[in-house]
Amino acid sequence: MNAVNSLLEVRDVIKAFPKGDGGSLLVLDQVNLSVREGEIVGLLGRSGSGKSSLLRLIAGLSKPTSGEVNYLGQAVDGPAAGVAMVFQSFALFPWLTVYENVALGLEALRLPEDEIRRRSLAAIDLIGLDGFESAYPRELSGGMRQRVGFARALVVNPNILLMDEAFSALDVLTAETLRTDFLDLWGAKQMPIKGVILVTHNIEEAVQMCDRILVFSTNPGRIVTEISVSLPQPRNRLDTNFRDLVEKIYVEMTSKRMQTTNEKAARGQKDKPAVANLDVILAYYVSTNLISGLIEAVAEAPYHGRADLPVIASDLMMEIDDLFPVVEALQLLRFADLEGGDLNLTVDGMAFANAEVDERKRIFAKHLLSFVPLASHVRRVLDERASHMAPRSRFLNELEDYMTPEAAEQTLRNIVSWGRYGEVFAYDDQHMNFSLENPT
Amino acid sequence: MLRTLPARVADSRRLFTRWDLIAILVVLGLLAFISDAGRGILEPLDKLETTTMSLSASNLPWYAARTTLRMLAAMGLSLLFTFTYATWAAKSPRAGRLLVPLLDVAQSVPVLGFLTATVVFFMSLAPGRVLGAEFAAIFAIFTSQAWNMAFSFYQSLRTVPAELTEAARSFRLSPWSRFWRLEVPFAMPGLVWNMMMSMSGGWFFVTTCEAISVGHTKIMLPGMGAYIALAIEQKDLRAVGYAILTMLIVISIYDQLLFRPLVAWSDRFRFDSEPGIKAPSSWALKMLRSSQLLSGVFKALHTLWRSILRPLRYLQPLTTPKFREPTPAEERRADILSYVSILIVTLLATYKASTFLTSGLSVAETLEAFRLGLITMLRVFVLIALASVIWVPVGVWVGLRPRAAGIVQPIAQFLAAFPANLLFPIAVYAIVRWKLNPDIWLSPLMILGTQWYILFNVIAGASSMPAELRYAARNLGLGGWLWWKRFALPAVFPFYVTGALTASGGSWNAAIVAEVANWGDTQVRAAGIGAYIADATDAGNWHRVVLGILVMSLFVVIVNRIFWRPLYLYAERKYRLS
Repeated sequence: MNAVNSLLEVRDVIKAFPKGDGGSLLVLDQVNLSVREGEIVGLLGRSGSGKSSLLRLIAGLSKPTSGEVNYLGQAVDGPAAGVAMVFQSFALFPWLTVYENVALGLEALRLPEDEIRRRSLAAIDLIGLDGFESAYPRELSGGMRQRVGFARALVVNPNILLMDEAFSALDVLTAETLRTDFLDLWGAKQMPIKGVILVTHNIEEAVQMCDRILVFSTNPGRIVTEISVSLPQPRNRLDTNFRDLVEKIYVEMTSKRMQTTNEKAARGQKDKPAVANLDVILAYYVSTNLISGLIEAVAEAPYHGRADLPVIASDLMMEIDDLFPVVEALQLLRFADLEGGDLNLTVDGMAFANAEVDERKRIFAKHLLSFVPLASHVRRVLDERASHMAPRSRFLNELEDYMTPEAAEQTLRNIVSWGRYGEVFAYDDQHMNFSLENPT
Repeated sequence: MLRTLPARVADSRRLFTRWDLIAILVVLGLLAFISDAGRGILEPLDKLETTTMSLSASNLPWYAARTTLRMLAAMGLSLLFTFTYATWAAKSPRAGRLLVPLLDVAQSVPVLGFLTATVVFFMSLAPGRVLGAEFAAIFAIFTSQAWNMAFSFYQSLRTVPAELTEAARSFRLSPWSRFWRLEVPFAMPGLVWNMMMSMSGGWFFVTTCEAISVGHTKIMLPGMGAYIALAIEQKDLRAVGYAILTMLIVISIYDQLLFRPLVAWSDRFRFDSEPGIKAPSSWALKMLRSSQLLSGVFKALHTLWRSILRPLRYLQPLTTPKFREPTPAEERRADILSYVSILIVTLLATYKASTFLTSGLSVAETLEAFRLGLITMLRVFVLIALASVIWVPVGVWVGLRPRAAGIVQPIAQFLAAFPANLLFPIAVYAIVRWKLNPDIWLSPLMILGTQWYILFNVIAGASSMPAELRYAARNLGLGGWLWWKRFALPAVFPFYVTGALTASGGSWNAAIVAEVANWGDTQVRAAGIGAYIADATDAGNWHRVVLGILVMSLFVVIVNRIFWRPLYLYAERKYRLS
């Protein structure tokens, strides 16, 4: 690649966070990437893939454990001039007006008053916020707030714009409008920016906006694939080429993830036969209602036990990304397999779909104990103890050896809910302990 | 208006940590040091020039102004303390480990006990002059105001949303402007509310501080408190009435002209604006905003402020804030340094405190102080229980009726701000007149000013009950005791705990003035640690004063940690409707 027009280089970056017990948790492993002029690069991955951590390294908000980030040939050692960021939650200052929010970045540069005024108004104008200068963020809708976020980032004339899930807090329609508006400005070269890095978990968004997509694996984050998107802008979501690419990335993401999970399962069983492999992260809360709902939907006509995921997602009026955690739960519980983007119910999955409530609970309990190591671990500990009780903190501490405290909380939350449904164990939130007794 | 008081409860998994112990030792050592330093210089104070006070009602505006000025000076000091101490504690985890428990212990030290220890110290700074006494009074008011403000600010600093901080950093705001443009505004609503609480407590203490007698020295600072003291001495019930009336007016003015506008103004800094909750309003603020003349004045002030600050900004270098992640070696060095300095301070404090206490006190004396502490504790708990039985039902009744709540809520808040000690003479007069048992009848004075916290928190709780939940309760046919047990009481419980916790803290503080009271030369007294401290102060017995303060602080800290904090966390977890 040509060094002259390379805006940003990330070389062999590793990021690890220290844990309470003195060890460290690997979040990013050996990441390399470069951004050239005129490019929109997408970082695509599930939560926990470290893509947001990577963006913060690039923004100069934190420092890599090893490796380096170079911006225009200079090592990044703090927030650099020329790199601006748009945040998922907008991160506007609620006590400042639209104008004041936009002007803030220029005031920090200590520009003369009239230049601040001229440039702020121009940015507000460009991004379509005319007339809202004196409004406070709380008076604006989400879409308008994120426009302020964009204006604030653009006003400092950055070379690189970083977007951290910039559209994911917006409703579908608003997000779409904002994306196309942004692409129009980008296409017409009306913005000062020379390159964009976009973090997202939304496959369609990545395909719609990016010239290159880097797909991240989870836990730790690695780049597993790089996909170039050469479709001409503006891209049509219903176009066959567009759909094929989404499907391809989708298959890619599911298969890669499965590989790592299986790999871990095998390794865990070999290393530690006593404590089962507890490193399965359930990062999203998946209720048993969702699990049985999806099983039922796949079992019924027109799918009869086999469904193409993008198809059933749109049938259930869900985004594919929203379906991921449920699908993963089905796979984990062995109620379904995933094959080339198709979800196949297992024999037990079908049996579950056709069973009555009590029978369902029995099947669920059996699968929970057989295939979810953490659940069987909790149950075993309870069985072994004379009191048949164990505090929540005991399992939380164990989990924190393998994952971040937040992930551990969320994983345990799923286990509590699943265990309760299968009546495998009881949990008392008041005293935060697990037991074998069900409340009378 | 914020719906509840932000409780000063630090969230920690453990009841006590070693840092708490160190904090207690440091505070104790400091107390011993201050009173030790003051001991030798008690004599010259007799020659203090005293201002003559008169009970003439025409002097009251002047006295009220003096008192208010003292309050404002202390508030300024408290703000300064808040911005520095709390910021330090929040920004440096290493310092925070000690600074936060220190704050927690400091707020358990009875302010009035502190006063006696500090007054001599301050007067030694300006010997023979009223100025020293003024300093002491202002410092005492400061100690009644600063801790909870600092706590609130600390907690706000720790909860600034990460993305806002990142935004500020990525747009390269300097730490200085990050503080003023992000952190202070974010903390503002909580801080204003705590300032209001502090001022309420402050009125109580300012009136007590103005008439101090330490040993043979009697100090009168012209003000409302001294006026009342004089009225008591001269058994002038009419003057007491005047004083109460004046105070009512003063507090209304300060409430309408200072705090309502402040609260209404600080609402714009609220980060999570919940829809449906009416924004606080203030006629004074409206007037300020709509008046052409006033807004012109403000604009001029703002321009002036900016033109002063602007050149200052250029003094800082315009460089990108770099990472300053210390190397492990530096980290270790800093750790060792901080541990060693904490160790030295702790040892010094322990030495100072132990020599001070052991030189003049016997074991029997100490046991006696603890016995008295138990009596006062019993009194506080009984009073809180009594006040709860009365005010919880009333609060729920009022809170469920929006119109009644609209009238009662401001009154309850107003009463909480009114210095209850101004009413003491009336009660004491009654006790003397009808020869009542002071052990029982002096007790209600302790809770006179603080019971309102229970009332207005319960009102706030009841009025924030979701309407659908109320309909559901009615739909299920809940009635009578079942309605209270399963619905109303659980729903207001978290609010009640916050109020009761505040009331309990205030009552301990009030014990020092409430357990011993005078009317002319008649004295009525109840047994308790408050009376013990008051007596020791009168006699100028430093060892007993410090012992009394120590015992009372220990009781407050322990009761808070063992009773209130777990109860608060439990209520938050189980009963908070969110």
